[in-house]
Parts: sequence; C-alpha cells; structure tokens
Amino acid sequence: MSDWRMLTLVGADRPGIVAAVAKALYDNGFSLGEASMMRLGGNFTIMMMISGPGDAEGLLAPLAQEMGLRLHLFEAGGRLHSHLAPNVQVRVHGADRAGIVAQVTGALAEMGFNILELESDVAGTEQRPVYIMHIEGFCDRPIEELARAISNLGELSLDVSPIETLIG
Amino acid sequence: MTVLEILTIPDERLKQPSAPVESFDDELRAFIADLEETRRAGPGAVGIAAPQVGRFQCILILDVSKTKKPVPNHGHLVLVNPEISHWEGYEIGREGCLSVPDYTGNVIRATRIRLKAQDPFGNPLEYAMEGFEARAAQHELDHLDGLLFIDRVVSRRTDLFRRKVYQK
Ligand SMILES: [Zn+2]
Repeated sequence: MSDWRMLTLVGADRPGIVAAVAKALYDNGFSLGEASMMRLGGNFTIMMMISGPGDAEGLLAPLAQEMGLRLHLFEAGGRLHSHLAPNVQVRVHGADRAGIVAQVTGALAEMGFNILELESDVAGTEQRPVYIMHIEGFCDRPIEELARAISNLGELSLDVSPIETLIG
Repeated sequence: MTVLEILTIPDERLKQPSAPVESFDDELRAFIADLEETRRAGPGAVGIAAPQVGRFQCILILDVSKTKKPVPNHGHLVLVNPEISHWEGYEIGREGCLSVPDYTGNVIRATRIRLKAQDPFGNPLEYAMEGFEARAAQHELDHLDGLLFIDRVVSRRTDLFRRKVYQK
C-alpha cells in the first residue's frame, strides 16, 4: 500500500470522535497508518495517514460536519517504515513570553538540527504562565556546541541532552 | 558459532516465561557463544535474552561499554538466572528491541538496581547497576518474563517531565 493520504481533523473535543472516524474508515475499506491525535486547547486534533479505495473526502465530509470537525485531506506521498531516530532532546521552560519557540528553534536550525517532534504547553497559572517545550531531533554536531548555541536566550531554563536509544 | 534467528513480534512465543537454568554444561556455554554472535550481528544491540532466539531459559547478555557517550558499566556480562533484588528511583528513556523492528518508545525504568545472577559455570555474581546499564538489565529481564518494552511504553507527554521541572 503506497497511496497514503494525510487526513487532518480538528474540532471542539467531545467523546467518541476517534471511534466515529475510525469506524467510518474501517467500514469503507480504509487502512490507517501512523497517526498523532491530541487535545490542544480544548480542540481535538487528528493527523493520520490513511490509505484505501475511493473518495475518502466524500465519505468523511458528512461525519465531519455532524461532529463539528474541520477536515483536510491531501496526497501526502509519505510511506511507512521511514522512522528517524532522534539523538538529542532539548527541554525548555520559563516564564511565558513572545518569541521563545522562534528563538530556540531558530538557534537549533542554524546548527542543522532536524526537529522530529516538538511538544509545548503552557503551565502555571493565568497570572504567571510558564512555557514548557520538549523537542526531540537529530543533529550531528556535539551536544556542547548545541547547548552553547541556545545558551544565551534570556531567562529560559534550557537543557540539551543526548538520547541514547537502548536496543536490546 | 552461529547467528541464531531472532523472534519478532507478533510471535506469541515472545510472551512465554523462561525457566531457570539447571545444568551449567558445555552445551549451555556453546549456546551463550551463539547468543553473543547473534547480538553482535544485530544493529548495535546492548543486550539480548535467550527467549529472543526461542530458547526459554533465564540467560541474558549485557554490554553497554560501547555507547556513544560513555556510561557507568561493568563491561561484557553473561547473566544466568538473574534476579533483581533492589530497585531505586525511576527515569524515562528511549528503547527499541531486536524483536520489535522499526519502533522505539519511551519507557520508565528504575534508575538503580541490585542484581544477583550466576555465571556460565554456575558461580554466583552480584552487581549494583545504574542508569543505562540498569535500564538494559531491566529490558532483558523483562524478556525472561515474556514482556516486551512495548508493554510498558509511556506517552512522550507523560507528566514525569513536568514533575521533574517543579521539583527544582
Ligand atoms: Zn528486547
């Protein structure tokens, strides 16, 4: 199976979204590949590789409408079994302010750091929000160089550490 | 020496618990040599357990002495009938497995362990391990209980990280 399409669905979170989408796809002969689903700010977000016969958009549009989801579908040209293993993780936290992500990722990009996954959240309270970000990626520059590259970004707490994947 | 065939998921035999070794003979030591040959043939494996090659006996090999960034270790270890007698602390780390191709995930393991075992001649061994070596030992011991790291994977969004942040 190589005709993977990328399906994204986003809408106000409620129980049963995944089950309804998965059932509609399964009942119509679609396969699911890699997926990432997550609640972000009260919305539920789905990003999923699907493959199968026929008009997936026509199939899912009524369901999306009924569940209040925005649907987007396109030929992604991706494939399974093309994972890259991260070798570096970067942890960032600090008082929330504009520009944290731009500054950190900008410095990383200059070092040729390829982000494989980024998760960020705002913790703390409404009065004192704290931005927390966890990045995993691949970079062939030494850890010390990377750490230096992002070391002078103000009041942020930054930690760059290697990811040694245990195979056993 | 022979490179043995590695069982991979979804092979049901990987769930089979292993039995203690009772006779410490030449046949056992010949098998251990084959098991080591098999470990070395794989993609950078720091450990291997006998059930991964279809021999359901409590035998494993560990060697974390060749990681990119050096970690505390006891060199190349053959552990027969290993048992963990003490666990301490916990941390998240990334694991993969010779028996689980093309997948890695985060697993919580004890940071420090004490372990008793026997060598290939039946002599008693005892080690205190920490960090990556302790993780490798726990991963391999799981195989002896018919458990895989995918039975223990935690979300990358797990709250362990946040808890650490607030402990500062
Ligand atoms: Zn394994």
